[in-house]
Amino acid sequence: MSAPIKQHLIDPAVCIRCNTCEATCPVGAVTHDANNYVVDVTKCNFCMDCVSPCPTGSINHFVKVKTPFSLEEQFSWSDLPEIKEIPDTDGPAISAAEAIDDEAAALLDDAHKGAGGRMKAPASASKPRINLFGRREPAIAKVTGNLKLTGEGASADIHHIILDFGTTSFPVLEGQSIGIVLPGNDENGRPHKMRLFSIASPRDGERPNTNNVSLTVKRVVTKNADGTETRGVASNYVCDLKQGDTVQVAGPFGSTFLMPDDPEADVVMICTGTGSAPFRGFTERRRRSMPSAKGKLYLFFGARTPEELPYFGPLQKVPKTLLDQELVFSRLPYKPKEYVQDRMKRRSADLAALLQKGTTHIYMCGLKGMETGVEEAFASICREHKLDWALIRAKMRDEGRFHVETY
Amino acid sequence: MNIMNVDYDGLIPNNVNLNGDPRVKAALEKWHPGYLDWWNDMGPDGFQESLVYLRTAVSVDPKGWAKFDYVKMPDYKWGILLAPQGEDRKIPFGAHAGEKAWQEVPGEYRAMLRRLIVIQGDTEPASVEQQRFLGKTAPSLYDMRNLFQVNVEEGRHLWAMVYLLQKYFGADGREEAEALLQRRSGDEDTPRMLGAFNEETPDWLSFFMFTFFTDRDGKMQLEALAQSGFDPLSRTTRFMLTEEAHHMFVGETGVGRTIERTCQEMQKAGIDDPYNIEAVRKLGVIDLPTLQKKANLHYSLTLDLFGNEISTNAASAFHAGIKGRYREDKLDDDHKLESSTYPVTRFKDGKIVVEDVPALSALNLRLRDDYVADCQGGVSRWNKVLEKYNIKFQLKLPHVAFHRNIGEFKEVQADVDGNIISGDAWEKKKDEYLPSSNDRDFIESLMKTEVEPGKFASWIAPPKVGIDNKPGDFEYVKIA
Repeated sequence: MSAPIKQHLIDPAVCIRCNTCEATCPVGAVTHDANNYVVDVTKCNFCMDCVSPCPTGSINHFVKVKTPFSLEEQFSWSDLPEIKEIPDTDGPAISAAEAIDDEAAALLDDAHKGAGGRMKAPASASKPRINLFGRREPAIAKVTGNLKLTGEGASADIHHIILDFGTTSFPVLEGQSIGIVLPGNDENGRPHKMRLFSIASPRDGERPNTNNVSLTVKRVVTKNADGTETRGVASNYVCDLKQGDTVQVAGPFGSTFLMPDDPEADVVMICTGTGSAPFRGFTERRRRSMPSAKGKLYLFFGARTPEELPYFGPLQKVPKTLLDQELVFSRLPYKPKEYVQDRMKRRSADLAALLQKGTTHIYMCGLKGMETGVEEAFASICREHKLDWALIRAKMRDEGRFHVETY
Repeated sequence: MNIMNVDYDGLIPNNVNLNGDPRVKAALEKWHPGYLDWWNDMGPDGFQESLVYLRTAVSVDPKGWAKFDYVKMPDYKWGILLAPQGEDRKIPFGAHAGEKAWQEVPGEYRAMLRRLIVIQGDTEPASVEQQRFLGKTAPSLYDMRNLFQVNVEEGRHLWAMVYLLQKYFGADGREEAEALLQRRSGDEDTPRMLGAFNEETPDWLSFFMFTFFTDRDGKMQLEALAQSGFDPLSRTTRFMLTEEAHHMFVGETGVGRTIERTCQEMQKAGIDDPYNIEAVRKLGVIDLPTLQKKANLHYSLTLDLFGNEISTNAASAFHAGIKGRYREDKLDDDHKLESSTYPVTRFKDGKIVVEDVPALSALNLRLRDDYVADCQGGVSRWNKVLEKYNIKFQLKLPHVAFHRNIGEFKEVQADVDGNIISGDAWEKKKDEYLPSSNDRDFIESLMKTEVEPGKFASWIAPPKVGIDNKPGDFEYVKIA
């Protein structure tokens, strides 16, 4: 079987033939006849330049097909034809594209597996821009801050990194990721694989209207059996960045793990360690844009100790009215180990009530190891309240209200 | 400073390095409070405190072209945004074709340029004034948001023209910039400069027709100025065109959705005859013949905006390299037009005739012809809706001689098919061609506001896609 082909199409029933896309396209892929504006599949490189200026929303159609539609076929349309989507077994379908970049798409697909099916963005989420910069032509960001978040004596070393895009436009939404392109080659002489990091800042920057993003990065150091250490290439590169250094950044990536833009929405955020990054962005966005929202934010956040919990200090200052916090520690002296799932079960009644509301959105982010425990906690809460977790989860996922990003 | 980046730190967002130009910066900062006063007095009435889900241009780079968020209109970031400067751009047409594009005003064309910029600038606040009461009868929050988006963008276009005046025209420019805030649409003593911009926009159908027909004239004028050899004007108008496309969208889909609702209700009620006006009106929708009359009105008023078919002003502006033809860069000829001709529909000896005239003098008409073709595309798409519902009615553009006050046909009366008729015949037939007071009363009776998210007034269908991909019941305006 021949490989499926990505194709960009314009919906002729919505398009008003204003020529904006054709004028914008840097590679001359958009063309028109007296009837329609169409995209030439042999020229389009998915740079997405045409998407944002389109006034109608007709431009936003990406499909994966076995045989691409010719220009003549597209010229003849009055509506988009029914397109048989190629099933997931043939590779991630581009119509639900998280990222057009294959490398980033594969990484995100893997991170989202825990949702148990294809995730959808919340209905009210803002429209994400994706894949604006690829690894071949990355954006250049300057490091304007590198702050160690973990306390003295903590076994983990977690950093808060601020990357400023200066004069480059790099629009992000909370929950999206960026790719760090490492300089140089790996031991086999090939360029390093791109690493994805969730952004920890809201869309308008660390402070409102600053053109920067922040990341929460843990230095990976593993002890080998023979006593030596293996240091993660990317995490050590990022944690060692100095103020003024420049970094190559690809992205943004991710079009489903996004926050609802709805003051009625309740948001349950469950995380461990650096999985807190997107939720820092969510919380700050809610605080800035809808401080008196009716919906509530709930955070279940696990770490070994307070010294190892990123943003422990700042979190103490977040008012309870904005964020209902459950900080959970598994290595406190003289206390039994407690994990996020244990605390969730203690809030069983609240969570059961939330699971039954159509406005509740659940997000899980952290190490893959947390999935089983959290899943089991939801199942147990549901059993206790005579609910069916499998059904609720599937429904929430289909409605863009259940999201998992684990690694 | 990088041109792609917008400076939001200062009072006036810009990508023209205002901080490095203290004279212009001071002039604009002085103009700014007057602009805000004008906006508060003449902008959307009753909604200045509401939160509106607006698109703000944050960069002229398509990658960060716009962002959507809730904004109070007086806090909208009006700014000065120019498309990036092309490397080594040449004057594309006229006597100076092939010379380096002007970065400063060429002395010999100063007065001509100023006049063109002032006329363009005058239309921008005029339409905001014309539309200021429409918020109160919006058929949905979606439409209300689109109206306000159009309004703030017209406001930004005024800024764009005022920047050119302040930056390049010294004391005269400052005076003109002030005068743009003083004139008022429809005012007896100080009206706006062009006729169509002193007409009322009394209802939402007028608004949609206005954005479809009259804003499209704006689009054509901007397209012609985007070709200009005066580079700052070209760059400004190129960026304005991206916003203007949204106005085309509001007009085309607004009328299209109105037609769609009428078709749906006629089908439901089993009415086949589109001329059974009384029965259709009872359904709470706008009958198709009245839609045709509205189109006749707005189309003919807008044709007048193109000026005289044969014009020495237009010829001079082209010859000077100041105002080009529609998509001049896509045309394959000598771009000087010194020896070619162009066919013009004229009124001679009581008859409509087509005559070849020197192409240079027919440039207004040429732009108008391109406009007519552009309008026809939209009308054909409206007719597809009628075909889809199997309704035997087609909308059409009236003849260019119909209902004209400027140009070849200003002295005569013609029917919609272009037959010259007597003044008496016109008086008798007028109400068949143009909205009568009875039609206007009926339309007005439908103008009931609908402010529940996701709900639409009886006479208009919901859109196919939400703004910024928002779901149907999104609260586009939080009314304060």
